[in-house]
Amino acid sequence: MSAGTTKLDVTVADVVPVNELVTRFHFRQADGGKLPTFSGGAHVVVEMRDGDRTRLNPYSLMSSPLDTAEYTISVRRDDLGRGGSLFMHRQVRPGDRMVVSYPVNLFSLDLRARKHLMIAGGIGITPFVAQTAQLAATSGNFELHYAARNAALATYGDVLTERYGRRIHLYHDDRGEKIELARLLNAQPLGTHLYICGPAPMIDWVRKTAGEAGWPPETVHFEHFSAPQPGAPFDVELAVSGKTIHVGEQQSLLEAIEAAGVDPPYLCRGGVCGQCETNVISSDGKFLHNDHWLTEEEHRSGKKIMPCVSRFEGRSLVLER
Amino acid sequence: MGINFRDETFRDDFTFSNSPEHIRRFPFPFHEDSYMYAVNIEPHVPGPKGSVLENLIDVDEHYVSEMRDRALVLAEDPLRCQSLPHMTLAGWDLLELLMTEQAKGYPEHFSLTRDGDNWHWINRPLGLDQKFVFGDLTTLPYGPMEYITRQSQGDFCILDQRDGNLWMDAGIVTTQADWSLDFDIGMNFFEWHAPVPLAHEKGIFTRALKFLSNIQQGKPARRLNWTMTINPRLDTSPENYHKWGPDRTTVTPENVGQKVHLRVELQSFWRLPRSNAMVFPIRCYLIKMDELVTSKKWARRLHRVIRDLPEELATYKGLTLYRPTLVEWLARYDDGAETSPGFGPD
Repeated sequence: MSAGTTKLDVTVADVVPVNELVTRFHFRQADGGKLPTFSGGAHVVVEMRDGDRTRLNPYSLMSSPLDTAEYTISVRRDDLGRGGSLFMHRQVRPGDRMVVSYPVNLFSLDLRARKHLMIAGGIGITPFVAQTAQLAATSGNFELHYAARNAALATYGDVLTERYGRRIHLYHDDRGEKIELARLLNAQPLGTHLYICGPAPMIDWVRKTAGEAGWPPETVHFEHFSAPQPGAPFDVELAVSGKTIHVGEQQSLLEAIEAAGVDPPYLCRGGVCGQCETNVISSDGKFLHNDHWLTEEEHRSGKKIMPCVSRFEGRSLVLER
Repeated sequence: MGINFRDETFRDDFTFSNSPEHIRRFPFPFHEDSYMYAVNIEPHVPGPKGSVLENLIDVDEHYVSEMRDRALVLAEDPLRCQSLPHMTLAGWDLLELLMTEQAKGYPEHFSLTRDGDNWHWINRPLGLDQKFVFGDLTTLPYGPMEYITRQSQGDFCILDQRDGNLWMDAGIVTTQADWSLDFDIGMNFFEWHAPVPLAHEKGIFTRALKFLSNIQQGKPARRLNWTMTINPRLDTSPENYHKWGPDRTTVTPENVGQKVHLRVELQSFWRLPRSNAMVFPIRCYLIKMDELVTSKKWARRLHRVIRDLPEELATYKGLTLYRPTLVEWLARYDDGAETSPGFGPD
């Protein structure tokens, strides 16, 4: 039995440009009624039908978990990406029908925390918009530190400040403002949990600083939102299904496997949940591992690959699929 | 047409029994003539009409009497129901799940009306009519988990998911096969399964945890487990071992049919939406040997399973004392004929 998720038919209720890079999309249940309840930090996988090509991209839900009349996501345009965000920005219109997955939470609040300390970078703000709404409704203790390139790109910085006042701290790179992390971490009361969502270097920096300051690993929570990167095309043999597939430049290996009619399980499509882990039967070439799931040892072994984000360069690759 | 609720007991005079229709719907757990552990998990989707899987939360003819027995257990020992402070939200999740499923499956017995956070719950079999505000603890006579599980058959374990593990941080446990919530509260998946023999070596719990942690909303799963109980006693807890342990010495060739019960647990696994916790309902079904052997196939198969059960499992399940007597009794119903594949009676 594969894990995977159930799907929801939705209608695009609104498309709202937020700033020069970010657009917000509102989804409602296509047949009316409420969408399933979710918890702050959850994402949905959005299916994009672009001609004969299907993209499946995960986006954090940013609407309030207390109001499931609609789901909202915010998509940052990535001009160098594989085209998912460009599809959302250029082709999705109000009234369109789309399919999204049930919510999945891989970045859950630890409800034992006496205080929730959140660190966001750029579009990594979105799961925190939902989590702060959930916590505020139950008088939860939280504090958010949010770094962005400049005021115009501090997406929802103004909205959050209006909602939560002094609990929100904004930092703008263009003004030379930087989170004073070591001091911030040292000033926290016992029982605080730390949450990080942002670019990989920021996550590494915060985890490292917290580790050095003696924070137990189980109090430090983070979400990588790494999208699959484009790369040189390559061919793969699927031994179980007896198929040979071609992975295009803008396609992930997982998408190419799915396009061939083989359906491995998946949840995050971002290299963190472990669902699509695939055994390598043989290979002659170099693996480009981009996941956060396999250990370094497994990466070196050449015996496993996460097809949602990782790629391959070389003469031959045979997978157990 | 509603359910005809029986008035019966699970202690003292033990008047519990199954109607002929409930014997037919019993969730017999053996699909072949032998038994060994497996990660026998499958999607929890509705099953055939008239089976215990017709509705994902099953209510049956024992409902009213089981709820009465639960109230007696809780009155004697309030620690059978515990919820650590961070699990209150999960309790509301469970309340929503059980009210919604019971009202959907049995509209003649239960109804739920929701107007925003103002909810109105009617439980006709137990004569309850409750208006309350969802999320407001002051509007219910108990915490949300205790309130709804005093009205739902089966035990419930609510597990927090964090640090790559599942933690037994809340639950109500009054119909258990010799384990204690008060002992296990706060333990993780490996800690509370530590006493189970053979399965650790097979890596079963590592695989099971990986699977369970990835169960998603809208996609519950289930498995069956089983043991045997002498007398139809729901509360076979370590706390009350002095009451039921000695029962195991009372089995004689004359009373096997009435005293020995196959005890099957339908365990299901659900993701809770607001808390991202999991709930494991563990629903106990009992059937007397006299009732079970009315199905020729079940009688033949149970004989072979119990006769050939590995010694460690027989010990773990507490069958050692009366296994020879039971096997001899069941042998009378085993003519050596083949049994058809699958769980069904014939």
